[in-house]
Amino acid sequence: METYERHRTLRFTLVLVAMSLVLLALMALNITLGSVKIPLSEIVRILTGGSTNETAAQILWKIRMPRALAGALLGAALALSGFLLQTFFGNPIAGPYVLGIASGAKLTVSIVLVCVLSAGRAVSAAGLIGAAFVGSMISMSFVLLIAQKVHRSAMLVISGVMIGYICSAITDFIITFADDASIVNLHNWSKGSFSGMSWDNVAVIAVVVSIASLTVFLLSKPIGAYRLGEAYAQNMGVNIRVFRIALVFLSSILSACVTAFAGPISFVGIAVPHIVKSLLKTAKPILVIPVCFIGGAIFCLGCDLIARTVFAPTELSVSSVTAIFGAPVVILLLIKRRKNV
Amino acid sequence: MNDYFTTKQLAVGYDGIPLIRDIEIRLQKGHILTLIGPNGSGKSTILKTAANYLKAVAGTVYLDGRSLRCFSGHELSRRLSVMLTQRLKTELMTCREVVETGRYPYTGQLGILSEEDRRQVLEAMDAVNVRDFADRFFTAISDGQKQRVLLARALCQQPEIMVLDEPTSYLDIRYELELLSMLRDMARHRHIAVMMSLHALDLAERVSDEVLCVSGETITHYGKTDEIFTKELIEELYGVTNGSYQPLFGSLEMQRPQGVPKVFVIAGGGTGIPAYRGLQKMQIPYATGILHENDVDYQVASALASDVIAEKSFQCITESTYACAVERLKRCDTMLNCLTGYGETNRANQRLAAAAEQLGLRVVKNYDEIVEAIG
Repeated sequence: METYERHRTLRFTLVLVAMSLVLLALMALNITLGSVKIPLSEIVRILTGGSTNETAAQILWKIRMPRALAGALLGAALALSGFLLQTFFGNPIAGPYVLGIASGAKLTVSIVLVCVLSAGRAVSAAGLIGAAFVGSMISMSFVLLIAQKVHRSAMLVISGVMIGYICSAITDFIITFADDASIVNLHNWSKGSFSGMSWDNVAVIAVVVSIASLTVFLLSKPIGAYRLGEAYAQNMGVNIRVFRIALVFLSSILSACVTAFAGPISFVGIAVPHIVKSLLKTAKPILVIPVCFIGGAIFCLGCDLIARTVFAPTELSVSSVTAIFGAPVVILLLIKRRKNV
Repeated sequence: MNDYFTTKQLAVGYDGIPLIRDIEIRLQKGHILTLIGPNGSGKSTILKTAANYLKAVAGTVYLDGRSLRCFSGHELSRRLSVMLTQRLKTELMTCREVVETGRYPYTGQLGILSEEDRRQVLEAMDAVNVRDFADRFFTAISDGQKQRVLLARALCQQPEIMVLDEPTSYLDIRYELELLSMLRDMARHRHIAVMMSLHALDLAERVSDEVLCVSGETITHYGKTDEIFTKELIEELYGVTNGSYQPLFGSLEMQRPQGVPKVFVIAGGGTGIPAYRGLQKMQIPYATGILHENDVDYQVASALASDVIAEKSFQCITESTYACAVERLKRCDTMLNCLTGYGETNRANQRLAAAAEQLGLRVVKNYDEIVEAIG
């Protein structure tokens, strides 16, 4: 093996190990900190069943554990969804939030929620994902239509943001006319939040995200070929039509899963892949995809921790926090692009 | 020897509308077929159809006797590789990684390279001399280097046919020559059929075995290189009206200066070419002689001079030719003598120079003096 490759593998291993450790540490912090502080020793006792503190056990099992797990998985989903969209559009500032795909999902989910809740019934997790997926695909088809006509990447993003605004506006209408009882939940959710996760939700999220992520990983070879452009990829034997459909489908299902359970969460999809590539100093998909998975989890857990604790007991929406960290990365990318062109 | 790549009554175009019809190509392994023709004549359209990017509007493309339509993407990728003109976006990719993508058809599900793949990549990089900067980012190297890296990529795909669209378009003359000689080498030694488009006629003539002229609705000419590169054919193909094509040099000359020549240029053995071109640039008409028909000067002179006094190849200049030259000299007022020495066959030119002085013509040694005097 050549020296350069050995370097790259070493760097990858180091980054992977370091990020896994950070992820574990954040997991621990997320279940420890909060309005009720549960020390690590207590957590160990609760997990091993030797605890007498019923309240702490309740908080840990019913609230913090599912929330932390969901946050990590959904963060990973966002990062991968962003990575796929960037591959698809050949544009580093593409992501489910800026392209309006998350807002489309938000719109359909809120329509379904308002209709079903006002009829006095509950919506299943699968139903939520389904609604979000339909919304994602509707927004995505608009974006694809625009992408056919507009070839400048900045214009594509602006169109996406506009689609997002339209969807958000309609969502606000719907929420305004919804029943009082459902408003509270809807309001929190439509701003983006990991609160109120149940174990049932976590189970569904885990299944969807892990299957989709594994599929993405298995696609790393054609994704790598696609980096040289469609024509070269086709010459290497990639079935372009099937591949493009797979990219759209996977990025939409990943983003839909996030929106269904946590509402729209901004900028993770752009910031994480970019940071990961800078850390790895390569964009080789087979290396970037696993690190993006962990990176997305770290980013969202970290942001959720800040959202919960900084102004406790008031909770910020996690999307506000991700925006604060993620938006500057987008600006940086825009400046860098200008320089390259 | 069998033809590897053939087309039968092929029509190419976009959206089912034929642009060029009745294309009949027969190309065997080890040969280079070059498509020439004016801009926008449809060279790329033919290449795109050959590489299966475009569907044939009518007719069939055969690869190894099988219709191109019967190949799966994977099967085709092990036989045909391409090199395209478009600029690449290669975020954080090293040159080696770009070359490695050529191994795609041979790797497994995750695209991890085997020892054999690595060996092929190194061998391809050595063949086109890009090993030295293998680990630099693709965006950080020069255009000439980029084209070579892309050639290595196409090569390590182990193709039986390579399709290249204007492979030399961003290159200066040195890299152009280098790339084409590499292609020549590859075609012969690795037994690869090469199909490409070129805009540099001189290079197309030197590198190709066969040439296809594309212009308008049909293929105007198709054949062995030396059959195609004739004066009439090339001038017709490109619609050259303000200049001429020199088949022996494979070069284009500008239009002949108009008017009655008042300058006589004595030259031979290549000494006249700078003066011929220099006077043309200033649009000064001139006569020249006495040149042998096998002289390089004769080729350029016959394109640029208003009047050429010439002698048959390999003969001493005869008295009648000399007399003819003196007659021409009498109607001029300036004589430019490019010769510095004389030999057996062109001794008459020495006499001609002396005659010019006797006739009282202004005698100059350098065409700049004429340009200064007239310009």
